[in-house]
Amino acid sequence: MNRGQGMLSVTDLHAAIGDKPILTGIDLEIKAGEVHAIMGPNGSGKSTLAYVLAGHEHYKVTSGTILYQGRDLTRLNPEERAREGLFLAFQYPIEIPGVSNIYLLKAALNAIRKHRGQAELDAMEFLSLVKEKMEWLSMEEDLLYRSVNEGFSGGEKKLNEVLQLAVLEPRLAILDETDSGLDIDALKLVAEAVNRLRSPEHAFLIVTHYQRLLDYIIPDYVHVMSHGRIVKSGGSTLALELEKRGYAWIEQEAAREAKAGAK
Amino acid sequence: MSGPEEKIRRLIKKKYPAGFITDIGEDAVPPGLDEDIIQLISAKKNEPQFMLEWRLRAYRHWLSMHEPTWAQVRYDPIDYQDIVYYSAPAGREARPKSLAEVDPRLLETYEKLGIPLREQEVLAGIAVDAVFDSVSVATTFKDRLSELGIIFCPFSEAVQAHPQLVQKYLGTVVPYTDNFFATLNSAVFSDGSFVYVPPGVRCPMELSTYFRINAAKTGQFERTLIIADEGACVSYLEGCTAPMRDENQLHAAVVELIALKDAEIKYSTVQNWYPGDEEGRGGIYNFVTKRGACRGDRAKISWTQVETGSAITWKYPSCILEGDNSVGEFYSVALTSNYQQADTGTKMIHIGRDTRSTILSKGISAGHGQNSYRGLVKVLKGAMGARNYTRCDSLLLGDKCGAHTFPHIDVRNPTAKVEHEATTSKIGEDQLFYCRQRGLSAEDAVSMIVNGFCKQVFNELPMEFAVEAQRLLSVSLEGAIG
Repeated sequence: MNRGQGMLSVTDLHAAIGDKPILTGIDLEIKAGEVHAIMGPNGSGKSTLAYVLAGHEHYKVTSGTILYQGRDLTRLNPEERAREGLFLAFQYPIEIPGVSNIYLLKAALNAIRKHRGQAELDAMEFLSLVKEKMEWLSMEEDLLYRSVNEGFSGGEKKLNEVLQLAVLEPRLAILDETDSGLDIDALKLVAEAVNRLRSPEHAFLIVTHYQRLLDYIIPDYVHVMSHGRIVKSGGSTLALELEKRGYAWIEQEAAREAKAGAK
Repeated sequence: MSGPEEKIRRLIKKKYPAGFITDIGEDAVPPGLDEDIIQLISAKKNEPQFMLEWRLRAYRHWLSMHEPTWAQVRYDPIDYQDIVYYSAPAGREARPKSLAEVDPRLLETYEKLGIPLREQEVLAGIAVDAVFDSVSVATTFKDRLSELGIIFCPFSEAVQAHPQLVQKYLGTVVPYTDNFFATLNSAVFSDGSFVYVPPGVRCPMELSTYFRINAAKTGQFERTLIIADEGACVSYLEGCTAPMRDENQLHAAVVELIALKDAEIKYSTVQNWYPGDEEGRGGIYNFVTKRGACRGDRAKISWTQVETGSAITWKYPSCILEGDNSVGEFYSVALTSNYQQADTGTKMIHIGRDTRSTILSKGISAGHGQNSYRGLVKVLKGAMGARNYTRCDSLLLGDKCGAHTFPHIDVRNPTAKVEHEATTSKIGEDQLFYCRQRGLSAEDAVSMIVNGFCKQVFNELPMEFAVEAQRLLSVSLEGAIG
């Protein structure tokens, strides 16, 4: 996939938890090489969008389409999506007691490589790859041998998500509020890692509550979500405007437009 | 999603890999039990008088006993007159002197099970005693061990060659009056392993027994006796399999461990008896009494068990901590899938001063499996400063299985410290999704999460068996989700 080719195409997407609609008509186009940021107030459906794209069975797609690299994403189960290069950095990374971090990482990488028809990395190659990426993030090596996320600090958990991202090099990486709970030094490390991974082949969807992260990862597009829809899209300067003026004005604007549209 | 569900259905139908039958003639006594049968078994084994008398005392006592009903397991009544109490591969009247004399078809069976005796003898450095139905087939490495004065041989051979040791220790930890199944075993036991490690000797290799039930309608009643003399040290492992048959087969074994002053015994079990099919038909009833006594100061007994097989498991490997500062440990993983039932745990009896015990139990239930932990920590009056730490964790997969915990604590010394922790958790949907989002299949994810849950117990197993245990767990869990 090259820059400019369609990566993700979401059209009029509706999704619900049980009977409760959360997404109410999302339209989103992401091309290879682009970085998109999704912002919006709490409860606007940002994380739901991330989960729906990753295939969480808790959320039901009720209508609309999601094309990923030209294929209907909803027909793939979560592991197939992952192996096709879709990665979600979790807002709340999950603990798995007794399973070492490095074991999960290796199993994940090998599952993806196998899917691509590549040979498994041997232990030495794998370790040197992981260590290189850990250096990017200034992570301590002992974290590899601890149980996945168990006893990790909030910051360590987030960095660990980015480590997985850096090792797996997904085509489309979704970062779900990876910046929340990070101090400024860790935030810069995360941003640097993402910037290193930016390339014409890779795309990013960065879900964030604050503009702060976008000072370091300059997005190509910024979208604002409200009540389950994208109500405003713009360039990177939109994030700055939001930082100054908050979300209320956009919601009011959206409400006015909706009224006008209804007439 | 239909994809994974179909895969799961296929995996459930996956066959029990050790479920083949070896076509070999059998020399068996007629089914049923009376004093004549016991005489016959004893005569076939050419036993000394004391052995026969002990068996008969046990049998007469057994007639006065009732099958226990307190365990959290359900099964149809067992017809004890329909069981064959002795079965040996035909033509084995005289024991083989070496592997060269063992029937090649038997060796092939063991090779299919992944324990090529010849290879193990040379490569692995593990001494194996293989018990096929009722008799021991071959014991490897005997010569090397005997140079150190270690006796590792079939029980029936020990009765002949070391009657004074057998007579001194047999039934001193599990008396023939102990319980219904142990008493039955005492009357009819056919073979098993015998280990004696002389004072100050550390056994240089893992000792291992492989049990296999082959003949139909045969009970397996092996008896194992391990004695570590003062300052001795030994690690012992048993593994078990059986062919797939529709009817249930009874396995009522007894294991006695005796650790004298400063001695240490580590006993590990990987139990993979046939668990029955997915409807709960067939499978082994694994009703086993295992107990160790720390007879001297600073003695240590450690039980590690990985129980993945059997239709019903009923066993409580226990430690009697008589010596001051003696140590008892129990590490257990019990997995029940389909319609399997397990009621397992331990007893730690603190008698000596400053005795310590640790209990770590991990129960996993899947399908319609029922898993119970039953434990007793008893601190007697004189056990000043006794300490126990117990932790029981249960993991549930699906919503049709069950986990139960029955801890009993009986403390009669005010200086004792007894701790009990217990958790029950369902395998997290979140954990599963997290792993799948990283590209792992649901099956691989479950197996990884469960293996993580059992890690602390697997760490207690000898290296090569830890690998085997992980593999077994994955196989047993295949299809357990969805």
